[in-house]
Amino acid sequence: MKYLCLIYDEEKKLAGMSKSEGDAFMGEYGAYTESVKASGHYLGGNPLQPVHTATTIRSRNGKVSTTDGPFAETKEQLGGYYLIEAKDLNEAIQVASRIPSVKTGSIEVRPIMVFNQ
Amino acid sequence: MGSEDAVEPVRAAVDAVYRTDSRRVLATLIRLLGDFDLAEEAMHDAFTAAVEQWPRDGVPANPRAWLVSTGRFKSISAMRKRARFDASLSEIAERLEAAARESGGHDEESVDDDRLRLIFTCCHPALTPDAQIALTLREVCGLTTEEIAHAFFTSPSTVAQRIVRAKAKIRDAGIPYQVPALGELAERLDSVLHVVYLVFNEGYFASSGESLTRHDLSAEAIRLGRLLIELLPEPEGVGLLALMLLHESRRAARTSPTGELILLADQDRSLWSRDQIAEGSMLVERALAMRRLGPYTLQAAIAAVHAEAPAAAATDWAQIVALYDILVRADPAPVVELNRAAAVAMRDGPLAGLTIIDAILARGVLADYLHAHSARADLCRRLGRLDEARASYTRALGLTRQEPERRFLERRLREIDQK
Repeated sequence: MKYLCLIYDEEKKLAGMSKSEGDAFMGEYGAYTESVKASGHYLGGNPLQPVHTATTIRSRNGKVSTTDGPFAETKEQLGGYYLIEAKDLNEAIQVASRIPSVKTGSIEVRPIMVFNQ
Repeated sequence: MGSEDAVEPVRAAVDAVYRTDSRRVLATLIRLLGDFDLAEEAMHDAFTAAVEQWPRDGVPANPRAWLVSTGRFKSISAMRKRARFDASLSEIAERLEAAARESGGHDEESVDDDRLRLIFTCCHPALTPDAQIALTLREVCGLTTEEIAHAFFTSPSTVAQRIVRAKAKIRDAGIPYQVPALGELAERLDSVLHVVYLVFNEGYFASSGESLTRHDLSAEAIRLGRLLIELLPEPEGVGLLALMLLHESRRAARTSPTGELILLADQDRSLWSRDQIAEGSMLVERALAMRRLGPYTLQAAIAAVHAEAPAAAATDWAQIVALYDILVRADPAPVVELNRAAAVAMRDGPLAGLTIIDAILARGVLADYLHAHSARADLCRRLGRLDEARASYTRALGLTRQEPERRFLERRLREIDQK
């Protein structure tokens, strides 16, 4: 069995953390990732950019509409995900607008966070 | 150094270049530097350098190219300095420098493309509509944050924050600086036209506040519309410019000297701007000839029929209803149906119009739309159903947020009470 674990958090709370709190929190994540890798449970995972970077795509009657923000209807539930590589948001929208559920529900596109190491 | 006499004309030349070309310079610098904030800083540095150097060295043969390359190199050298403290910047500076060497000064070639890139990026549908408007007025039109805030009755800090957030999203979400590919162009152009029309409407119908219209915003929208069809002559862009000009032609007739609203039928048509009507009508013809009828072109065609009528009574209502029939199919929105109902009332009498409006309201749409109730009230009044008219005017009055509109509705209510 494979499972996708979705992490819900309050962005405000995270942004309000002090440098040392933030470092400690990230340290915990690092340790957790190492532990699940070591135990063989880890398949993949990524932090996402904050919610303001989200874009939502729908298609109704053959007309694609793009809007800002994660405006999923409350009756829509997360039903899966694709991790894709695209050169920019326009290309990502092109790829995402071919996902079949774009006609019935909506697809939220969020850029993955990249850390400068 | 030149004498004072030599400095003044040069300064005037810098000002003139700023007015005509600063947006073009900015649009190109955003492409070259890959960042809105860096490009703005670079542009200001370039103009500062022009003020210092042109009086001494003379105005360059191609001021715009000079400004672009000066801004670009100032930005790269500033980044080199900062890179001493932040190593990650040196890589960026290197990349920009290499790109500058490769282009060998041919930055000028795609200036029009850069302006179009800027428009499409500012109006990207992944940005909130408020952000699209603020960013477009700031970056494409060159309005200050204060001017935008004043026009939209909000604080400069709110506008500044919208712009900062929009730029952050462009950067973080990877919104590219490009004109959309042909397959996406229709949807993306819709989004641009929508922003232009929102700016125009805010200037023409002023959704709130003391005065009925704000001329400067409408003028800015018309300027944007002209720029857009110059860069990208698509039929709906032409239709939108026509629509704005035909609305604008009636501005002087729309309000009385005391600021009261005057309806189309009661306007003094000698106050309509013949030049704007002529240009608008010519653009309608041009858009219609392109044979891809969209909502803006159809609305412009309707406005042109009104403009052609020498008096309200001479309006060709049959043609207007026919145009609305096509418009309802192209843009099946309740507001369009409402406008069609008003036209049907003029062609076939108030009862025919009222029947359609009541059918729309019975579907539960437009219940909070002021003009649905005021239109209904007007038809009831003409049919002598004064109690119904009073109820609908009162409902409309409860929905208005605008002073002249409030006074207009109150006047109508008083007239009914006197009957």
